[in-house]
Parts: sequence; C-alpha cells; structure tokens
Amino acid sequence: MTGAAALMLDLLLVVLVAFAGWAALAGRGVFRAVVFFIAYGLLVALGWVRLGAVNVALAEAAIGAGLTGVLLLATVGRLERAGAARDVPLMRGAAAWVPALAGLAVTGALVWAWFALPLPESPGPQLAEALPRSGVENPVTAVLLNFRSWDTLLEAIVLLAALLGVWMLGRDGDWTAPLGLRQHVREGGVMAGFGRVLPPLGLLVGVWLLWAGADAPGGAFQGGTVLAAVIVVALMAGVAAPPGVDALPLRVALVLGPGVFLGAGLVLAALGAGFLTLPEAQAKAVIVAVETALTLSIAVTLAGLVLGPPTAPNGAAARTPDGARP
Amino acid sequence: MTGADPFLPAAHAPDVYALGGAVLVGLGVWGLLALRHLLRRVVAFNVIGSGIFLFFGAIAARGGGEPDPVPQALIITGIVVALSASALAVTLVAALAQRRGGAVLPGEGRQPPEAETDAK
Amino acid sequence: MWLDLASFALTALGLFFFVAGTAGLLRFPDTFSRLHALTKADNLGLGCVALGVALQAGHWTDVLKLVLIWALALLAAGTVAQLVARAALAEPRARKGEGERP
Repeated sequence: MTGAAALMLDLLLVVLVAFAGWAALAGRGVFRAVVFFIAYGLLVALGWVRLGAVNVALAEAAIGAGLTGVLLLATVGRLERAGAARDVPLMRGAAAWVPALAGLAVTGALVWAWFALPLPESPGPQLAEALPRSGVENPVTAVLLNFRSWDTLLEAIVLLAALLGVWMLGRDGDWTAPLGLRQHVREGGVMAGFGRVLPPLGLLVGVWLLWAGADAPGGAFQGGTVLAAVIVVALMAGVAAPPGVDALPLRVALVLGPGVFLGAGLVLAALGAGFLTLPEAQAKAVIVAVETALTLSIAVTLAGLVLGPPTAPNGAAARTPDGARP
Repeated sequence: MTGADPFLPAAHAPDVYALGGAVLVGLGVWGLLALRHLLRRVVAFNVIGSGIFLFFGAIAARGGGEPDPVPQALIITGIVVALSASALAVTLVAALAQRRGGAVLPGEGRQPPEAETDAK
Repeated sequence: MWLDLASFALTALGLFFFVAGTAGLLRFPDTFSRLHALTKADNLGLGCVALGVALQAGHWTDVLKLVLIWALALLAAGTVAQLVARAALAEPRARKGEGERP
C-alpha cells in the first residue's frame, strides 16, 4: 500500500471511530447507543491492527466490543423490565456549555501533550536481549506473564474483586439462587441449536488462542474471553443451568488462576529465585501452567460478570432470546 | 504484498491515532458530564477509556519499527479492568433502577413518563 | 500476477455486496426486509472477501482459519437474523417500519 492510500485509510477509520463514538453517546435511544458502542469497539479494534498491536486488537474486539456489548445489552433488558430504559433529554441552557468546554479542554490538552512529549527511548536492544530468556516469543505475553507478572497477578485479583462486588448487589434473599436472569428457550429452536453448535467450536478457538499466545498474537485474556462467550451462549441457550454462588466447582474455577499464579510466585521465592522471578530454564513451563489456570479463571469470572448477581426465579421473567413465551 | 511485516504500523499511524484518541477522550468527558441516563454514562466512561488506550498505544508505536510491547500489555490489562468496572457499574445502575424506578441520579431530573418511549 | 488479479476482483465483488447490504439496511422500510438485505448480501460479501484473501495465503492453515471464520460468521448471522425476526414479530411497531429497534 502506498503511503497516501494508507494515510487515507487511517484518516477514514479515525473519522468513522469518532462518528460511531458520537452516536454511542448522543444517538437517540439507549438501545441504539449500545448498538453503536459495539460497532465503535470493532472499529477501534481495526485501529489497533493499523497501529501494529494485534494482541490489543484481539482483546479490544473480544472484550471491549464483544463482552462489554453483551453486558450493556443485558443491562438495557434489565432496565426495560424496571421501567428505566427510557432516554433522558440532554441538558439545555447555559449549563450545557460546561461539559462541552470540559471535553474540548481535555482534547486540546492531549493534542498539546502529543506534540510536546519527547520521543521515548526505543525499547529495542533491552527487549531483544531479554526476550529470548523469557520463555515465550510473543513479546506481549512475555511482558504480561514474566517481566511485569506482578501487574497481571493483581489484575486477576481485581477481576475477582469486581465479581464479588457484583454478587454483593444481589438481594439478600437471592444469595443461594442461580446466577443471572432466567432464560426461556424454545425447545429445538434456533437459539437452542446455536447453543449446541457454538461451544465445541468456541472451545477450540479459545484454547488455540491461549496456546498460540506463546509466540503469536493471543494469550490468556483473549482465549479466556472466547471461553467466557462460550459459557454465556451455552447458558443463554439453556444447554446448561447457571450455578449458584455456593457451587464448589465454580468457586474452585474462580480462584484457580490467581491461586496458581500466587503459588508459583511463592515457590519461586522459596527456591531463592525471588517472588515471580522466572528462571530461564523453567520460564516456559511456569508461564504455560499459570496461563492455563488463568485462562480458566478469566473465562469463568468474565462470564460471571456478564451474567450478573444471583437472582431468584420468581422475579420478573427474562426476555426470551427467541421470542418463546415463558 | 511484499515480504515486509504487514502489521508494522505506517509512519503516520501514531500521529493519526493519537489525535483520534484525544478526540475520543474529549467526547467521552463531554458525555460523562452532559448525559444523564446512567447507562449512557457507563458508555461514556468506556469511550474515555478506549481513547486513552489509543493515545497510549500511539505512544508505543512512535519512532517506527516494532511497537513497544510494555504499553500494549498494560493496555490489555486496562481493557480487562475497564470491563470489570463497567460490570460493577451497570449492576449498580440496575439495582438503583429497581429501587427507584429510574436510571438517573437523584437531583438530576427524572425520566420522562412511559408514554414518551425512546423509540420516538 | 493472475492470482493477485483474482484476489482483487473477488475482494471488490465482496465489497460491492457489503455496500449493497448496507444500502438495504439503511433504505428498506421494515425489520424483515432489512434483515433480508443484511444477511444475504453480507454473507456473500464476506465469502467473496475470504476467498480473495485465501488466494494470498502463505500456508494451508491460513486458508483453514479463513474457512472457520466464514463458517462462524455464517452461523452467527443466520442465528441472529432468526432471533431478531422472532423478536420483531412479537413487537408490532417493528412491523410497521416505525420501530427504533431493528
């Protein structure tokens, strides 16, 4: 691609992203806004590919557009049932200028910062020297699971904390109820069929993303997100029943990733290598073990975040995905 | 297509996406302040987030060559944390709506009555 | 050379179908005809683009991945079209074409 054509493509993409972002914020109707947000996330993912960050593009498409989209759509459904999905008109009058000016000021400051920032030091030689000793070939996986594994360990715990926060918001009487709203699926209908065809394929893609993440774009977060989507689709299609918060397998799956991660760190510290400092010889094995456990926990935690707090079945029935009456 | 890595960013890409990211952050800040439906505010929070990520990612791609993986790893971490925060936020919004029958903060007006649906 | 030309033609054809599907989405009056335009034209368009890209693939596993992507997109599009149509049937205002929700 010639330089001018590439520049046109990037400019067009940025304009489309900004337009979709605008529509996601100011479009008529909350439902429409959410749909535009999903389109926005997919366009942003294309932008990541253009920036050479394929790992981030996968995460943005799967998490930023996909799972966040499902989460927001499910919330529109919940709000509809609570009679709170109607839109609220924008502010008018003099007060409406304050947000506009604030937004312009922030954009202006960032643009100024971009041109004022000194060029960062190239990561080249330092990284090229450390990468062969990291145990993996994908530099992003090396950073996530080796060089800065502290961040990733704490992030896994943040995910768990967020899920606990979501569960806290359920009603007291519903604590032992199954997670999320009830789904009513027509026997033998389209959704039921989809729920049977997708999981094996999704399982394949998720595990492959995890495995490929060692030396190609992919990894625990991207793979775990695909697996989370499989879990959500299977539950929506009624292929499996959602567990309650007291189900032992669920709890084991939730803490397995952070547990193995923390355990690996402690064992390495006890062996004298230092907490989460991976010796070159064992690096690959430790990363694979931690990533596998982490993928499972990420999948279950993300699915739990999308499903929402435990809800007793006697509440208002969920909207059926394929129009069947409850 | 030549043998060069097709995923290497073009020389202009960091500038274009950094400025795009700056616009998105501004849009999101406007939305967070101006929009009163709480679900729209969650969307605005996510737009701010992805704008910051794009800006940060553009910094990682400056200077040409292979983009710096450290910001990329931090951005992936950020995307996941943004989802956790959004999940907590929408659950709070849904809980508020169930108790008050509206998804607007107290003192910021009320939702229009049922007759004026958002489909208008 | 011929391979490049075939790729170009197939991708262009695919893009044409995408444009047609999008035009239908924007111009057609009600949910059902919009779905008709979207699912048919876009699936065909994606197939053409995937075929065009497959001709440039360096390895057969890349072709396999493209086929998998196309199959998954077909499956998802077909299912979603069915679900949206059923939801629209239950919602009368969508039938009259004045509905906000597709």
